[in-house]
Amino acid sequence: MDLSAINPVLLIASLMVAATAVMIAAIGELIVERAGVLNLGVEGMMITGAICGFAAAVQTGSPTIGFVAAALGGAALSLLFAFLTQFALANQVASGLALTLFGLGLSALLGQGYQGIKPPSTPRIDIPVLSDLPWVGRILFGHDLMVYFGLALVAAVWAFLKYTRAGLVLRAVGENHDAAHALGYKVIRIRVMAIAFGGACAGLGGAYISLIRVPQWTEGMTAGIGWIALALVVFASWKPWRVLLGAYLFGGVTVLQLNLQAAGIAIPVEYLSMSPYIITIVVLVIMSADKSRAPASLGRIFHATH
Amino acid sequence: MIRLEKRREPSQVFAYLTPVLAVLVTMIAGGLMFAALGKDPFVAIKTIFYDPLFGQYASFDRPQLLVKGGPLVLIAIGLSLGFRAGIWNIGAEGQYILGAIFGAGVALAFYPLDAWFIFPLMILAGAFGGFLWAMIPGILKVKFGTNEILVSLMLVYVAEQLLASMSLGLMKNPEGFGFPGSRNLQQYPSAHNAEIIANSGMHWGVAAALIAVIFAYVLLARHQLGYHIRLTGEAPRAAKFAGVSPGRLILVCLGFSGAFAGLAGMFEVSGPAGQVTIDFNTGYGFTAIIVAFLGRLHPVGILLAGLLMALTYIGGEVAQSSLGLPSAAIQMFQGMLLFFLLAMDVLTGYRIRFGQGETA
Repeated sequence: MDLSAINPVLLIASLMVAATAVMIAAIGELIVERAGVLNLGVEGMMITGAICGFAAAVQTGSPTIGFVAAALGGAALSLLFAFLTQFALANQVASGLALTLFGLGLSALLGQGYQGIKPPSTPRIDIPVLSDLPWVGRILFGHDLMVYFGLALVAAVWAFLKYTRAGLVLRAVGENHDAAHALGYKVIRIRVMAIAFGGACAGLGGAYISLIRVPQWTEGMTAGIGWIALALVVFASWKPWRVLLGAYLFGGVTVLQLNLQAAGIAIPVEYLSMSPYIITIVVLVIMSADKSRAPASLGRIFHATH
Repeated sequence: MIRLEKRREPSQVFAYLTPVLAVLVTMIAGGLMFAALGKDPFVAIKTIFYDPLFGQYASFDRPQLLVKGGPLVLIAIGLSLGFRAGIWNIGAEGQYILGAIFGAGVALAFYPLDAWFIFPLMILAGAFGGFLWAMIPGILKVKFGTNEILVSLMLVYVAEQLLASMSLGLMKNPEGFGFPGSRNLQQYPSAHNAEIIANSGMHWGVAAALIAVIFAYVLLARHQLGYHIRLTGEAPRAAKFAGVSPGRLILVCLGFSGAFAGLAGMFEVSGPAGQVTIDFNTGYGFTAIIVAFLGRLHPVGILLAGLLMALTYIGGEVAQSSLGLPSAAIQMFQGMLLFFLLAMDVLTGYRIRFGQGETA
């Protein structure tokens, strides 16, 4: 075992990359849950986004178009969930599970013929002087655009929820949909928009995995990241900045265990590979003491009689 | 203008009708999907739903109905108890894996001893393995209020890694020429879950599934625990006033579903699968969720739904070899079924009204 092979600068830099997918998906789900909807289909939307983005990028040669297609694909799938839960008034837990099972099948079907292909590479941003700085340069200024997009998204969601009128309405709908309805807000319309936003984010997160992180297409490649995104929202107590913290924690564990595998530590590979999931459980347990911040209408069905 | 109007009582007619409607609509939508894939939809539907039962090779396919249906029904029965009470164990896949590891572990520990008690011991170990794995989300939920959905699901990925570790390490066949995977239990008579009637597909796991159906039926219809489960699902507050302990109920429901899933895994590893391998689990734990809902969380319904789902698996394999239909198409077909079922379910609780409603 040679732990000196692990370079802390590279570790932090790759941690940011490992955290990006789960962070984008989780911040989308955060908006959905703040609107009072529990969408357990994140995994299904992510994997659908992963293949939509991959296929579009391969066909057009443009990663940008790939990401747009991924967002559209994720959002389209989420609208199925929106229809089930908002119009057919179906149970949200069951509908979310259905979305995941359906998404896994759909992506496997769409992905036929895309196995073993390399997607067009996404250029890394190099800011001339800054990225050459020792330490900080590699960590802060040498990433692809999506890493910064993820950070910007967290900031934007935070500002949206805290400072805008629309954010306030969204939170009102999530806390008490009957009162919000009585005030004249369109509960269903707001929730459908939130669900679609969550779907688009999940799709982007999935495409980040298939286009940048891995980058190739294999069936079921999201491997539970969508579920970890759901756990992150709980971990974050429904606060945007804590999503960032949680995502970096998860990214850190993932990168660290990969590095330990490469360094040939005496722990078998399988036990290292299960560590991110176990740590997610441990974190969930620790955070579940803090129940106060869950939106009060989370998971409840809204049916306006008038 | 279409409006939904809540029924005073859920419609009995639609409660029975929606699963049938959902299957029919899925067949239509599935047919469209098959057509989009360039296959003749009528031939495809016939290949999936008719040929395995009455076609040319039906005598070969029919026993498979029990082999595939057995674990699905067994797992779904366990899940349905929790689902009824609003306790969501969606990690049955992991409990299934643990049951298989525990069951096979007992068998491999005794190898090559020839004794009658090995198989019963494996059954106990399998149920215990699944039970243990389900107790993790159960105890965390009761003690700390941790979300059981997320924990049980995370444990699926942990179980998959554990399975890989077992088939590459501890349980690897020493005479297997270095290939991953354990000894084949089919060649170890004391541990083999053989067919009770030859070539019928009827192995002990299928028998266990049937017993589970009867057990769940009696439990829900006649026993106080079953009443508490139903009460908690339909009126949680009333259940609390009636003295139902939510913590106990969570542990009981998760315990049963875990043990049943573990049993299914154990019967699978000692019978149809034969050995512990990296890709031993094939998603029964997730498909069983669809089975439970399609059967309307009712034991008899689950039995029928399990057979239907088994048929789509077998028919899917037939269609794969004869029509070149991709296996993912069947997976999507199964997912669609759950979608349509959930969408149709609105008819049970609500009436659809057309035209402008009176203004309030």
